[in-house]
Amino acid sequence: MAERIERIVGRGCVLRGDDIDTDRVIPARFLRCVTFDGLGEHAFEDDRKQAKGDHPLDVARFAGAEILIVGRNFGCGSSREHAPQALQRRGFRAFLGASFAEIFAGNCTALGLPCATLEAADLARLMDAVEADPEQEITLDLEASRVHCRAGSFAAHIAPGAREQLLQGSWNATAVLLEAGERIERTAASLPYLSGFET
Amino acid sequence: MAGRNLLDKVWDLHAVRELPGGQTQLFIGLHLIHEVTSPQAFAMLREMSREVRFPSRTFATVDHIIPTRSHARPLADPLAEAMLVALERNTAAAGIPLFDPASGKQGIVHVIGPELGLTQPGMTIACGDSHTSTHGAFGAVAFGIGTSQVRDVLASQCLLLSRPKVRRIEVGGKLARGVYAKDVILSIIRALGVKGGVGFAYEYAGPVLDAMSVEERLTVCNMSIEGGARCGYVNPDALTFEYLRGREFAPRGDAFERAVQWWRGIASDPDAHYDDRVALDGDRVAPSVTWGINPGQSVGVDERLPRPADAPDAERSGLEEAYGYMDLRAGEPVAGTPIDVAFIGSCTNGRISDLREAARVAQLGKVAPGVKALVVPGSHAVAQQAEREGLPEIFRAAGFEWREPGCSMCLAMNPDKLVGREMCASSSNRNFKGRQGSPTGRTLLMSPAMVAAAALRGHVIDVRELL
Repeated sequence: MAERIERIVGRGCVLRGDDIDTDRVIPARFLRCVTFDGLGEHAFEDDRKQAKGDHPLDVARFAGAEILIVGRNFGCGSSREHAPQALQRRGFRAFLGASFAEIFAGNCTALGLPCATLEAADLARLMDAVEADPEQEITLDLEASRVHCRAGSFAAHIAPGAREQLLQGSWNATAVLLEAGERIERTAASLPYLSGFET
Repeated sequence: MAGRNLLDKVWDLHAVRELPGGQTQLFIGLHLIHEVTSPQAFAMLREMSREVRFPSRTFATVDHIIPTRSHARPLADPLAEAMLVALERNTAAAGIPLFDPASGKQGIVHVIGPELGLTQPGMTIACGDSHTSTHGAFGAVAFGIGTSQVRDVLASQCLLLSRPKVRRIEVGGKLARGVYAKDVILSIIRALGVKGGVGFAYEYAGPVLDAMSVEERLTVCNMSIEGGARCGYVNPDALTFEYLRGREFAPRGDAFERAVQWWRGIASDPDAHYDDRVALDGDRVAPSVTWGINPGQSVGVDERLPRPADAPDAERSGLEEAYGYMDLRAGEPVAGTPIDVAFIGSCTNGRISDLREAARVAQLGKVAPGVKALVVPGSHAVAQQAEREGLPEIFRAAGFEWREPGCSMCLAMNPDKLVGREMCASSSNRNFKGRQGSPTGRTLLMSPAMVAAAALRGHVIDVRELL
């Protein structure tokens, strides 16, 4: 079993904007690799170059942040796990946002990184508060499904299956899947296209 | 009691067991892999001292990093060569078939699955690539996964997933001349938004889908993910079955007839339940062009670019960001937008029918001065068929480059890249910032025929003016 993830405590980094795709998180040229090592330094590389030091991942006030606070549909586009791998290697351990693309959220769960959504008004307050006071500690409490910080306490939604996996320490799914044992072969045997359509 | 839709039928057949959090352990009938998202998965498997559980149900090809000028080994880019070597070693060790260039069957993973007959109705199909939704055109439940999930499938042939809701999207009427499957899916995404499909599988139906060829349906399903839907499908019908007949991995003889019976039964029941229904008028779909930085930001070629002031509050900043990046002006017509590059290819529009439509336009003129135009077939099989039909000669005579098969400039992991601020008319699927290889490059998505027309004129033009 993997580590149980019940709460994430850390400082926040506010990355505004909707529909931020995984090509922006990690441009395709950095996918020319056979390991995930070293991806952290290239996270948001093109956006950061164009922001000339003013990108949230570069500014001093967010240095050392472990919780990335984002807008709507974060992580859309490519299924590349390189995206959450790069952000994890940069030190992020959780994502708070208005909504997440499905494959990105699934990839995060597989790495033990919770993606929690907040109501629009709560997220706006949280973003403003963290920008005004980036030193404040933020707690994502998975058990209670809440976010706490100096700015207040907010309801946070995590997809039920993912939440269960994180809380139980079963987010590394391979072991869970293998528990099914011979039932996997029985399911395979029941599929007509795997038995010449004889069944 | 209401009937069942295809997704529910396929899901229930492949469910190994339900887990306490409400997730399903789903058996994956077909697993496709490529060089980008699989090496780390094999490494994880080795760390766990696990073997590939069903090597006969995984198939591999090389597409993302392959250069299109020449497939000769070693590949010039040492990083690309290392990825291909890793794929060769991993597949050989596990006994997984690899369709590499030497096999004559290499191509974009979502092009070769269908053309080899690997993709069939009623299957669950997974691949470490978001455009796996393409395979839904056959009535399969097909979706993209990350690398940890590739590991899961290699180790167990299963995934842990939550069942999606199903939205039926009915496209009525009939498409006008010069309007293609690409325009249909761009119109759907424009109407429902780039995140409208999150949590849903899309069932595409109605007279327009019924009239489409299998290849056109592949184009529609391909871009489901661009609308936020991880999976999209079309119910299988006689066209699907005829497409499969005689393909290398399709059932043969009596088994094919038994398969057709089973495939028919997989389709959604006439009285099936859906979580949501949407209707779109196919008569009104125009040749479409994206002008912004996500695939939902499109207009008909006869329209003007939207004004941020007219947009809902929540979308305004996104529009302004898009205008800032694209350097286009609100209120201007999209037709006339100058281009520097024209790209025809990709898993969205790199099939033989796409190349035929583009060639029909290309033969009407010459590529405009200063425009770089390339055609990249989706697979060796597509390239060979195109050669039999004389399409490379048509493209070359018009000033297009004819290349070797691969993903190419759709995501520019190989040497085919935009340079600087170049504007590219592209038959691919994503117009994200930097997508085509230059951090400041710009993409206008459209159908292959529209790309060919833009290449000839040097700017965006309604292809119907040329046909």
